Amino acid sequence: MRRTHALILLTNWRRATLGFVLSSSRLPTQVHEGISDYDSRGNAVRRKALMSKQPTIAEHLKASGVSRRSFLQLCSVLMATAPLGLALTSKGSVQLVAQAIGKTKRPSVIWLHFQDCTGCTETLLRTSAPDVAHLILDVISLDYHETLMAASGAQAEAALRSAIADNAGKYVLVVEGAIPTRDDGVYMQMGGRPAVQVVREVAAQAAAVIAIGSCASWGGVPSADPNPTGAVGVDSVVSGKPIVNLPGCPPNPYNLLALVLEYVTMGRLPEMDEFSRPKFAYERVIHENCPRRAHFDAGRYAAAFGDEGHRKGWCLYKLGCKGPITHAACSTRHFNEIPGVWPIGIGAPCVGCTEKGVVWRMGTFETVPIHLATPPDTYPPIYSGAGGIKVGAAALVGAVAGAVGGATWVASQRFPSSAEAGVARVAVDRAHAEKLKASSGKQTDKPTDKKED
Amino acid sequence: MDITRRELISTIAKAGVPAAVAVTVGAGSLQAETENIPVPSAAVGLLYDASICIGCKACESACAEANDTPPDTRGDALHQAPTDLNDLTRNIIKLYKPEDGSPASFVKRQCMHCLDPACAAGCPFQALHKDPETGIVSWTAAECIGCRYCTITCPFHVPRFQWKGFNPRVTKCELCSHRLEKGLKPGCTTVCPTGAVIFGPRTVLLSEAKRRIKNSPGRYYQERVYGETDNGGTQCLYLARVPFDKLGLPELGPESVPARTLRWQRRLYQYFALPALLYVGLVQVIRKSLKGHEHEAHEREKETGLRAQL
Repeated sequence: MRRTHALILLTNWRRATLGFVLSSSRLPTQVHEGISDYDSRGNAVRRKALMSKQPTIAEHLKASGVSRRSFLQLCSVLMATAPLGLALTSKGSVQLVAQAIGKTKRPSVIWLHFQDCTGCTETLLRTSAPDVAHLILDVISLDYHETLMAASGAQAEAALRSAIADNAGKYVLVVEGAIPTRDDGVYMQMGGRPAVQVVREVAAQAAAVIAIGSCASWGGVPSADPNPTGAVGVDSVVSGKPIVNLPGCPPNPYNLLALVLEYVTMGRLPEMDEFSRPKFAYERVIHENCPRRAHFDAGRYAAAFGDEGHRKGWCLYKLGCKGPITHAACSTRHFNEIPGVWPIGIGAPCVGCTEKGVVWRMGTFETVPIHLATPPDTYPPIYSGAGGIKVGAAALVGAVAGAVGGATWVASQRFPSSAEAGVARVAVDRAHAEKLKASSGKQTDKPTDKKED
Repeated sequence: MDITRRELISTIAKAGVPAAVAVTVGAGSLQAETENIPVPSAAVGLLYDASICIGCKACESACAEANDTPPDTRGDALHQAPTDLNDLTRNIIKLYKPEDGSPASFVKRQCMHCLDPACAAGCPFQALHKDPETGIVSWTAAECIGCRYCTITCPFHVPRFQWKGFNPRVTKCELCSHRLEKGLKPGCTTVCPTGAVIFGPRTVLLSEAKRRIKNSPGRYYQERVYGETDNGGTQCLYLARVPFDKLGLPELGPESVPARTLRWQRRLYQYFALPALLYVGLVQVIRKSLKGHEHEAHEREKETGLRAQL
């Protein structure tokens, strides 16, 4: 039965209705309680059913007819694909992970859309291991999602209200898209109310808030200059609730999956960085694990799109790749489970979509500074030499020496030579002697006599 | 001025005698004084085996991180690519690649922590000093006057001066003594993927090096450990497959640079012979000069009839 549902949902997900999803998720409860009928809006019946007893994931799977083997397969896929650093998947064996997940109650998730492109939902729908059917049918209970439901108008509003009331204080709110705040938030209305009011109301009853995508994290594309709607992220309008940001345009759906599972099984949010991003996915920069890193270290860069280096898959740094400053796990966990499917993998420089100050703030082809430079794969020689003498320096020293030498020579010319000096001195002495002789014969007699001696 | 035969012979004799004496005295000192340099009680050091180094430079990054120095990116502004040890680089991997295609070798250069450090001997204020226990040679800012003698005296050219900056420092490897205090190993030894550089007490490292030589006959150059006795012995030891001087480790002999300097200095002043000879020579010069002056004064007196005033 679950297989059939999953197949239908995967092959024709756009037609999947809210009723379909909800009925699937409520199925085990109904079986448990023996409730077989419910009205088209389903409010009263569902509330009663869910509040009476929430099944654990294991109970839910058993009731749905999913074999133990299939469940263990799901758990091993989780262990293989979930990011490193998770307390859940770092458990030793598949059995332990299955045990932890199995005894967990499926978390109720409410998913709200604001100023977005639905890209985050699209990327989630393209996850195939575990696929979205597994995710929303077996692991979580997706109670409200505007893209995945057929309901509209009053019916949708009622669905939201009942989803909130059913799990007040326990559900996880996932927000996709930025929230406009300028002019009292008139730029986006839902059911006649501004988006900012809706998000505050729904978040008030939530256990935790997950901002998926760059828009919900800090504003994203809608907040790019000149930001006409005053778009902001969830954490700017909601306070008092634990908020986790999963920026990315789109973010890798595994980050959401891992986060939700970690939260519901371990009962706590993972370790986060200063921008409330879970460290298991956002601790390291793309550059650190980039498959093209060897080209960076070797100094092989693509200089222009389509040139030889670009075609050979060299480093995209000089084309403006923001990998060195962008914290994300894209370089290790590619998209759509296809190796190489991620921006740098297909030859497009990283734009830094997980960083508030980078994407839509910096120039696309602007190069970024390397914060933690590492050695290249070239080596200095044993003897590097103490640096040669530069022509300018030699000329300067020569000029100074020449000036000093020249000045000395010129100055020396102003003094009489030693021979001239001797002659002059003797002349002076002789004049002095004659003067003495002339003035006083007696007094001068003595030297004269002596001289004659 | 004409030089008479007599003057020439006299001058040669006067200059030649001190020189001959100096050579005689000096010749007696050519034999090195093999003073035993004491090894500090808890001497620690590094053993670097160039034959297993793969040149990954992890030690360079780890060194900068351990010492909290920014990576030296003055080359291309993208990579930590210093060309030599410098004010930001205490540890560097270099490559010896001979032109003729004979085997190449990496070499890790950092302070050798000599048993008798020339930098400390040359330092006028003991800014560079050797720890009596661990034997780590370190630099103290408070004592340094910035004379840079250490950068000149070191035979390995290790201490480097920070040429730019208002309060310049002398930078050299200090074996991560700040990490050793916390019970951690030096940064470079914690990351080496092949164990080419290891940290430990000098005695242990020396026996390990000799064990490697014994186990692999013919592998290592001269089958000896550079630093066991070189420059009086160093606490950082090297093994390599290529001649050490090709790796920038000069053949200094078993005598340390300070010991050699001291030996020559002692010989120069032995029996006060050279100063005495210098004194005699100076007296001769002064006497000759005075004689000339007297002669000139006499000539003038004859000419003018006036007695010289001086």
